[in-house]
Amino acid sequence: MNDRVEVRKTYKLFIKGAFPRSESGRTYEVHDTDDKFLANAAKASRKDARDAVLAARAGFDGWSAATAYNRGQVLYRVAEVMEGRREQFIADVQAAEGSGDKKSARVVDAAIDRLVWYAGWADKYAQVVGNTNPVAGPYFNFTIPEPTGVVAAIAPQDSSLLGLVSVIAPIVVTGNAVIVVASTRRPIPAITLTEVLATSDVPPGVINVLTGDPAEIAPWLASHGDVNAIDLTGVTSAELAKKLEIEAAGTVKRVRPPAQPNWLANPDLGRLRSFVETKTVWHPLGA
Amino acid sequence: MTFEYAPAPESLAIVSIAPSYGLFINGEFVYPTDGTTFKTINPATEEVLAEMSEANQSDVNAAVNAARRSYDRIWSVMSGRDRAKYLFRIARLLQERAREFAVLETLDNGKPIRESRDIDVPLAAAHFFYHAGWADKLDYAGLGPNPQALGVAGQIIPWNFPLLMLAWKIAPALACGNTVVLKPAETTSLTAMLFAEVCQQADLPPGVVNIITGAGDTGRMLVEHDGIDKIAFTGSTEVGKSIGRAIAGTNKRLTLELGGKAANIVFDDAPIDQAVEGIVDGIFFNQGHVCCAGSRLLLQESIAEETIAALKLRLQTLRLGDPLDKNTDIGAINSPEQLNKIHELIKSGDDEGAQRWTAPCDIPDKGWWCAPTVFTNVTQAHRIAREEIFGPVLSVLTFRTPDEAVEKANNTPFGLSAGIWTEKGSRILWMANQLRAGVIWANTFNRFDPTSPFGGFKESGFGREGGIQGLAAYLQAANDSADQARGTS
Repeated sequence: MNDRVEVRKTYKLFIKGAFPRSESGRTYEVHDTDDKFLANAAKASRKDARDAVLAARAGFDGWSAATAYNRGQVLYRVAEVMEGRREQFIADVQAAEGSGDKKSARVVDAAIDRLVWYAGWADKYAQVVGNTNPVAGPYFNFTIPEPTGVVAAIAPQDSSLLGLVSVIAPIVVTGNAVIVVASTRRPIPAITLTEVLATSDVPPGVINVLTGDPAEIAPWLASHGDVNAIDLTGVTSAELAKKLEIEAAGTVKRVRPPAQPNWLANPDLGRLRSFVETKTVWHPLGA
Repeated sequence: MTFEYAPAPESLAIVSIAPSYGLFINGEFVYPTDGTTFKTINPATEEVLAEMSEANQSDVNAAVNAARRSYDRIWSVMSGRDRAKYLFRIARLLQERAREFAVLETLDNGKPIRESRDIDVPLAAAHFFYHAGWADKLDYAGLGPNPQALGVAGQIIPWNFPLLMLAWKIAPALACGNTVVLKPAETTSLTAMLFAEVCQQADLPPGVVNIITGAGDTGRMLVEHDGIDKIAFTGSTEVGKSIGRAIAGTNKRLTLELGGKAANIVFDDAPIDQAVEGIVDGIFFNQGHVCCAGSRLLLQESIAEETIAALKLRLQTLRLGDPLDKNTDIGAINSPEQLNKIHELIKSGDDEGAQRWTAPCDIPDKGWWCAPTVFTNVTQAHRIAREEIFGPVLSVLTFRTPDEAVEKANNTPFGLSAGIWTEKGSRILWMANQLRAGVIWANTFNRFDPTSPFGGFKESGFGREGGIQGLAAYLQAANDSADQARGTS
């Protein structure tokens, strides 16, 4: 038996590329599926959510202006760095979800592959969902997708890594910035992911990760005037979902409803299309 | 210099207006169960045109039930090819009866006959023709193979383009296999009732299109009805938000086309005369009752004086008056309520220190009118620079650099449209990229086409009308139920 005392990690939030504690000073206990203590995670507050929105808005400007090629490479880089930490992710998922070695490995591999899949869409989706329009007149007219802006997302509660990646990748690949609230009871794979994000050329503010209680944090995000859309995928309470939709209506946010899909299944473009705007440009033709 | 014009009124002989109208439910005209009515008035003369029926809860139920029955039994099982033929028939009937629709629209709405005749009605017919062709090609709509209709759509439209908004709503819904219950605005229901007659002439199966008239209460009953799968609303941002709240927690899908406060941006290299035409078209088309109107004019500082002078000269030649006169440029304001709202905002412009100029023109004795008005010395803090006026009122601001133009243009919760006037191609594309709005007109303004998606960013709403993107508002992917996201189709 190794008698070395391990160095344990402090688990914090991920805002603007840095790792702050919650400004509230609060934490909550995280346990594995056998109820064994794993860590104290930061319990994000309203102030943390607002800081994350500020960071996301600042991050959005540069990220949405980056070339599609660049965004694709950054997301691919995230996959590369995840691959290097594969064993850690498998251990994290195993502890969080109580899944066996094989299942955990399958989930981590799927998460990495999903990032690669979405990374490749960065410079293709505009070709698939954009077009020119043959208007009846002497005009050149074209339609292109543009990112919606700042998106708040509630990550799946069960699928702590694959579900999380499947939610945030389609949001950011098109140029949006995201504030994601990680699975409340299974936040550790998300926190490990933030360490990958911090070392993968993801610009600060593009992906911000909060841990804590969606019922406490999400209403502030849903009503925030500088959040353009909200993804309720991981909201498990119909009552909370309704409340968030009501808050979101106050600023005409785009809302993606709660869902519990099979995350191992191959996705389509639905999530990606959920957080883009359609812009149409007209110009006269003439010699 | 003044021009004298002889009157050139369009003949009224082509329309016959009934003294009263019922509701169009299940292919028939029926009167409401409790007989409540309201009057529709010609805003240019204040004369009552007809009595309309106000649909109550049991009428709304009947309309939704008819739409559901017809969806289940007829429309959802009919081939796309056959749905297409009905839509083609409707397009042709609209073309055949175009003049009748134009005159009726002008009578009920107050817009100039030149606009109803040349824009509203032809575009409405074109919308049906375009969408007719989609009905049997939905596999190519971009949502994967075999996309599905949503079911029964509840559609609520405004008074500024009554028939055109009806076409924007009904054509894509039907093409995608949905049935509809449509509520026109309470001040402009007549062309919708004439459209109901067109549905009968086309032998459209009963219940595919149901039209119920009434005001906000009727609209609310429609929005809240359990039998509705989809709400499509065009109107004010305030009502749009309340609809969003009302359907929270349901599976109803929603598209919203709401207000705007578009910037029309003129750079110093733009051809001023062309730009002035675009500015006039941008804000004085349809008396400024246009959600995408270019209501904030942003002039580059070095050409501001020259452009404002040219604009004022041009505005003096606009003819305000009888909407049925073919020479009329500015028609009547649709309702006294709207006129009051415009006056209230004009007063706020005066009170907050902007400088007002009003085009000299004779205001008719009867009816509701507002002369073209231009405010200069407007700051971004003024209400007239922030709020949608929905009238012939232009707020002029200035800028020095392209960056400043972008910042000012985007400094609004709205994001429906924007205009750019410059000869420099790279600047057009850069500006088009920077502006957070759904429709960008460069060296033109207020152009519409069924193939061209229309709709907003931010609080101007979500979802598109027209083009391939517009189909997503009435379809769901065969395998992705989460595609039913609100505003994220």
